[in-house]
Amino acid sequence: MRKVMIGNHALSYGAKISRAQVIPAYPITPQTEVVELLSEMCANGEMDAKFIKVESEHSAMTASIGASATGARVFTATSAQGLALMHEVLHWAVGARTPIVMGNINRAMAPPWTIWTEQTDSLAQRDTGWMQLYAQNSQEVLDSVIQAYKVAEAVQIPAMVILAAFVLSHTSEAVELPEQGKVDEFLPPYEPEYRIDPANPHAFGGLTGPDGYFELRYQIQKAIEDSLPKWDEVGREFGELFGRKYGLIETYKVEDAKNLIISSATLASTARTAVDALREKGEKVGLLRIRVFRPFPSAQIRSILSSVDRAVVVDRNISFGASGIFYQEVKAAVYNEKNPPPIFGVIAGIGGRDVTKKDIIDIYEDIMRMDEPKSDIIWKGVRL
Amino acid sequence: MKLTIPEEEVMGHGHLACQGCGGALAMRYTLKTLGRNTVLSVPACCWSVIDGPFPHSAVNIPVFHTAFEAAASTASGIKAGFEIQGKDVNVVAWAGDGGTYDIGIQALSGAAERNDDIFYICYDNEAYMNTGVQRSGSTPLKAWTTTTPVAHPKDRPKKDLISIMAAHRIPYIATASVAYPEDLTAKLEKAKNIKGTRFLLIFSPCPPGWKADPKNTIKLARLAVETKVFNLLEIENGLDWRITKKIRKPKPVIEYLKLQGRFRHLTEDDVSLIQENVEKEWNILMNKVGE
Repeated sequence: MRKVMIGNHALSYGAKISRAQVIPAYPITPQTEVVELLSEMCANGEMDAKFIKVESEHSAMTASIGASATGARVFTATSAQGLALMHEVLHWAVGARTPIVMGNINRAMAPPWTIWTEQTDSLAQRDTGWMQLYAQNSQEVLDSVIQAYKVAEAVQIPAMVILAAFVLSHTSEAVELPEQGKVDEFLPPYEPEYRIDPANPHAFGGLTGPDGYFELRYQIQKAIEDSLPKWDEVGREFGELFGRKYGLIETYKVEDAKNLIISSATLASTARTAVDALREKGEKVGLLRIRVFRPFPSAQIRSILSSVDRAVVVDRNISFGASGIFYQEVKAAVYNEKNPPPIFGVIAGIGGRDVTKKDIIDIYEDIMRMDEPKSDIIWKGVRL
Repeated sequence: MKLTIPEEEVMGHGHLACQGCGGALAMRYTLKTLGRNTVLSVPACCWSVIDGPFPHSAVNIPVFHTAFEAAASTASGIKAGFEIQGKDVNVVAWAGDGGTYDIGIQALSGAAERNDDIFYICYDNEAYMNTGVQRSGSTPLKAWTTTTPVAHPKDRPKKDLISIMAAHRIPYIATASVAYPEDLTAKLEKAKNIKGTRFLLIFSPCPPGWKADPKNTIKLARLAVETKVFNLLEIENGLDWRITKKIRKPKPVIEYLKLQGRFRHLTEDDVSLIQENVEKEWNILMNKVGE
């Protein structure tokens, strides 16, 4: 069944069709439609789930952790300030190995107050251990929620499905709703190895000294590494069942490409149209879209970068004092290669400033005129 | 004589509490009454340590450790998780006064306002004891702590948390004391049969933090009631207040204060001020009780 829906509702339907059982949530613009629809579906019985109207995002996450630890499938959603408020307990969700799936709407951080899109909110959580997936359209948002549960529950690590504020969260698109029966087949009920159970009492998260903590962190890293092939495997299996295949990365016209544009989320959709326009001008250019940011698909990126002359990473985010974050990660991935291509880092669209097809074409043509990257940041569109 | 306190011990030996710990006794009596079909949500507090380091646990029920400000919200999540799976389990947020009066009050207020079907039990030892005796919103007037030194002891009274909880109109609120285990047990028994948020405040002396002799834990807990420093009561639906332990001839507060090093610096005027404050609070309480 096809249904026209905004990106936010694609998250809600993703949670519904994944049979999320507990949804603790707190409202924040531009996430509100996600939880409004979920609360309605919980209230009218369309979903067999408990909606907890918590008093903060901190409580949204801690209630999510508690519910997940009992073996329930849990969904929540937030954005920007709310995600930042959760920061402490994002670490807790990972340490407690609770495979929560959370939607995050990428919104720029205050002050000054703003509600438009930027990726710094979620990328600032990159070291918490949450898996992060950046979606480019509403169909991918919905499909990714289902896949995220499958991967998260397999490796016992929580996952964020991330979408751009307004550009995606509030844009209506036609979305194919998968059949419930097929989703149930793809994603069976969550059955954790350990859960809170009075019949089998354990202490979870108790005081642990240097003789034990190290190994627990090693196991988290191993689990996230294990998820790398899992994301591709689950994306392939999803494709076989539903006709839409996904992976850690998506490539577009890279086979014969000499130059590469690298980006993520909706920026990558815009970049795709720029690639088409540049191809018409005779440029041998391709697009690499990084879909899963944590775990970082270094091997795939290395393999694609090994055959290009230069690459430009377009970031809608910034790590102050350093550079664009996808740029840092891409560069780090190829640093130990024999002859890595020069990689240029562009920061564009901060605070939701529009990035057009023409902007991406300009970015590409600008870097083609440069000999080598002279600094870690090339600013696009900043008015000085 | 009929025993009113269940004989079964759910809490085991070998916990890591200090000598004379009121918080350990509070847990022991609580679990005797609630039984094994119980789960604890424990934020940062003495009990994060008392329960024992990984892989040990001093209680024979599941313990879920959570962040300092998150005892109530974690408990709400655990309860919802059980409910959606059709499991009926007592879910208890078990926190100290720091995690209740201060950093955890937002999550507690949220859970209470929603009337989530959980117990919230605060074992109140009147300061941040696990971090080494810093003042909390529960520390009493004029008390010494490491952040209210003798040169500038606590200049504000203990926060009236019970009235804050009563304002939420939750079905059941009670204060209790480790010196009155029958009263504590009876209140938990009553709370067990009530649905919704049930809040209990258990007065739990801390010998190292109060600079008191560990042998005096019960004596101090009893004196707090006999001097009306801490009153045993219960409140139904936030409005129906009732004293459960009536003190016919209250003792002067000095009897309670003089056994504790945290009050050693008090002048006679300080003691009078504390006594006046106790009388004032008692009158406020009597207005609520309607006596």
